Amino acid sequence: MKITMIALAAVMAAGAAQADDVAPGDVQFDEYGAVAASLSGTDGDPANGIKIMTSRAKGNCIACHEVTALQDTPFHGEVGPVLDGIGDYRSAEELRGIVANAKMTFEGSVMPAFYKTSGFIRPGNAYTGKAAKEEELTPILSAQEIEDVVAYLLTLKES
Amino acid sequence: MRFKAMTAIAGLLIAAGPMAFAGGADDDTLIINGEIEMISKTAAPAHLDDVFDEIVSGWHFRTDETQALEIDDFDNPAMLFVDQAIDAYDVVEGEAGESCASCHEGVENFAGLATAMPKVDADGKLVVMEDLINECRTERMQADEWKWSGNDMQSMAALISLQSRGMPMDVAIDGDAAPYWEQGKEMYYTRYGQLELSCANCHEQNYGNYIRADHLSQGQTNGFPTYRLKQAKLISKHNRFRGCIRDTRAETFAEGSDEFRALELYVASRGNGLSVETPAVRQ
Ligand code: HEC
Ligand code: HEC
Repeated sequence: MKITMIALAAVMAAGAAQADDVAPGDVQFDEYGAVAASLSGTDGDPANGIKIMTSRAKGNCIACHEVTALQDTPFHGEVGPVLDGIGDYRSAEELRGIVANAKMTFEGSVMPAFYKTSGFIRPGNAYTGKAAKEEELTPILSAQEIEDVVAYLLTLKES
Repeated sequence: MRFKAMTAIAGLLIAAGPMAFAGGADDDTLIINGEIEMISKTAAPAHLDDVFDEIVSGWHFRTDETQALEIDDFDNPAMLFVDQAIDAYDVVEGEAGESCASCHEGVENFAGLATAMPKVDADGKLVVMEDLINECRTERMQADEWKWSGNDMQSMAALISLQSRGMPMDVAIDGDAAPYWEQGKEMYYTRYGQLELSCANCHEQNYGNYIRADHLSQGQTNGFPTYRLKQAKLISKHNRFRGCIRDTRAETFAEGSDEFRALELYVASRGNGLSVETPAVRQ
């Protein structure tokens, strides 16, 4: 019961694109793939960032990355680099760009773009295997959720 | 080359992280029933020269418990389905009054067939094992065709492929097969879906690595139909392809589609040289 409620609340929060969000198609990446301006205009919430990073239905970042601080959630992947200490050597702007669309920073990266809505080959309707209903998909993460993840990544400091 | 680089990265991860990583393929040897020595690792076929040095069966990426289920036919849960197919092989069905056995005699006559599948038939069409089985059912037996991923079909496909167990895969990729092979190759490297992931992103660039709880293999098909513990039944190649494409948040192709026939040929050719392992057991 409780879990269902939390999941529902999360879905509703994600669905709601706020009026002052930067739309996925309007995000300004600099030549290195960084994004200077906040996507939502509201400070990120690192606690919510943790939920997004560990939830399969959301970022599922630990499917590919190991994060020592998130060991409470089992099964961290090895496809991407370990993110320990990432807050020491990556700025908020760089992290925002990587999470929004990592391919702007790392050409051809395996890492999916979390704030992108078009330009896909055979886009599906989530994980049903059926064709997507809309031409413009809902991004995997909302503008605020990306800010939340960035805020959490910035707390990962070793020094 | 790439293989060595990956091993080095895996090494770094072990040094850096507190978790225990299993690394790449294990060093066990696959011998079935204590006597059939399987080629479960071998030099990559020539067309993969700039990709892999070695090709490896999916068996090497599974846990010891799962591996054990495949090394003795008494423990292999797939054999229950093979037994059902042995019975079905002799059953007369359809208007023509024939059974598989009335035309083909002993099923051991199919030894070698699975190593060459998919192949181009006399009409120039690429066909897979399921096509051959259904062609016999509808045309020669005048019986109903079997559903692609249904138990009847996959059990029979397993029984026929089992006759080639231990023999190396050797599908043709030139001549008439070339255009189908090219189509399958193109699909293998296409980044489908909202996650923009290709087969190669997972099974070529990242085999040996974990993706969440799953230990990625090279995605070889030499063990199909495969008994999947999760689903407790035999799984067809096309069903596996569908699942993998669905997981990229993409619109998949249908089981039995021409696209999947072409992909099946290309993926099979990446395993040329590995023993037929049917029926394999996977998690
Ligand atoms: C399917 C795999 C995959 C997923 C899922 C994934 N990543 Fe990545 N990530 C990678 C890979 C691979 C790289 C390395 C960049 C490259 O070379 O392509 C990377 C790089 C990064 C980097 C840069 C690391 C550095 O050292 O500069 C950050 C930060 C990052 N990812 C964060 C995330 C976050 C946050 C999420 C979830 C919202 C996520 N990743 C989901 C595969 C993934
Ligand atoms: C997001 C990652 C991902 C992508 C993309 C992907 N797969 Fe897989 N695949 C897996 C996982 C995880 C497994 C189960 C573990 C294993 O055997 O590798 C698997 C298993 C398989 C297997 C079974 C291997 C065996 O030994 O039983 C085959 C065959 C396969 N995949 C083929 C493909 C093909 C063909 C494509 C592209 C159309 C593809 N996969 C795309 C993740 C992926």
